[in-house]
Amino acid sequence: MSASVSTITSGKGGVGKTTTTANLAVALAGMGKKVVCIDGDIGLRNLDVVLGLENRIVYDLVDVIEGRCRLRQAMIRDKRMPELYLIPAAQTRDKSAVSPSDMVRLCDELREEMDWILIDSPAGIERGFRNAIAAADSVLVVTNPEVSAVRDADRIIGLIEAEEKGPAKIILNRVNQNLVKRGDMLDVPDVLELLAVELIGIVPEDEAVTVSTNRGQPVVLDSHSKAGIAFSNIARRMNGEDVPFVNMDDKSGLFDRLSRMLRTGGD
Amino acid sequence: MSSWVDKLTSRKPKSAEAAKERLKLVLIHDRMDITQVELESMKNEIIEVISRYVVIDQDAVRISMNQDGRENRLVADIPIRSKSHSRTR
Repeated sequence: MSASVSTITSGKGGVGKTTTTANLAVALAGMGKKVVCIDGDIGLRNLDVVLGLENRIVYDLVDVIEGRCRLRQAMIRDKRMPELYLIPAAQTRDKSAVSPSDMVRLCDELREEMDWILIDSPAGIERGFRNAIAAADSVLVVTNPEVSAVRDADRIIGLIEAEEKGPAKIILNRVNQNLVKRGDMLDVPDVLELLAVELIGIVPEDEAVTVSTNRGQPVVLDSHSKAGIAFSNIARRMNGEDVPFVNMDDKSGLFDRLSRMLRTGGD
Repeated sequence: MSSWVDKLTSRKPKSAEAAKERLKLVLIHDRMDITQVELESMKNEIIEVISRYVVIDQDAVRISMNQDGRENRLVADIPIRSKSHSRTR
């Protein structure tokens, strides 16, 4: 077995990287995959609370790298899933405690026994980001349909290419369909045209994300939530399934039907 | 396949349009790592260099930045004035 290493990054902070990582990890594990997610945001640990595993941390990423514990000891098992593990970030250290080659070594060790290794990158374009992509086989860039998030996504996509980790794929998070319809939010095709990279997911803005994060239960566990469905669709695409895009489908479906109806005089 | 229905339904005015237009320009400059002022002086220097060798129609010169996938392309359209008139004279 040899795991695929996927890094989730964004450039800009607050676009939903950690939420995305947590949900993709849970969704992949729900599909029967062996998954480990690594919090790469050293000093600003967060993946643990989003997953609801904050009370179970004993050792962290830096403990593993500096040899204070064995790798297995730092892997917190998520009991809701058959095979899901979290390696938390250190909270009292900073990014310089880890190097890109440490990450490569760690992931090589994990590859043997896992199907997926997901790395939650910190915001920014410095050391933490370079650590997070060092071992990546693929990189997913999370962005929102807003000028600052799209601009930073473009920067990060350029850096990913320069590090020969590209082409990155885009997750467009927090799309508000009402604003898009009103012409007050960039639409999916606009963002794709600007960034000129492949899309792997569209996640609608959904209050259920806030509610589920409050409880430490990733939204994919809620089969009624739109965002949850969107995240599980991304996980299926990561596994090579051909899953149609929800938002675009709704829209083109309706538009196509409407225009076909008017063109042919009703059907 | 565009019909009047598409035109009616896909009209996108307002702030999203503004965001897209602004981003287009910002991304071109970010990717090239060049400012608007530098771009302008580069254009002027290109014209100056070419003018040393051939006569060009300075008013018709068009130098623009186009996006082609993730690459930016500097596209120059520089009409050269024919010298045939001066030769026959």
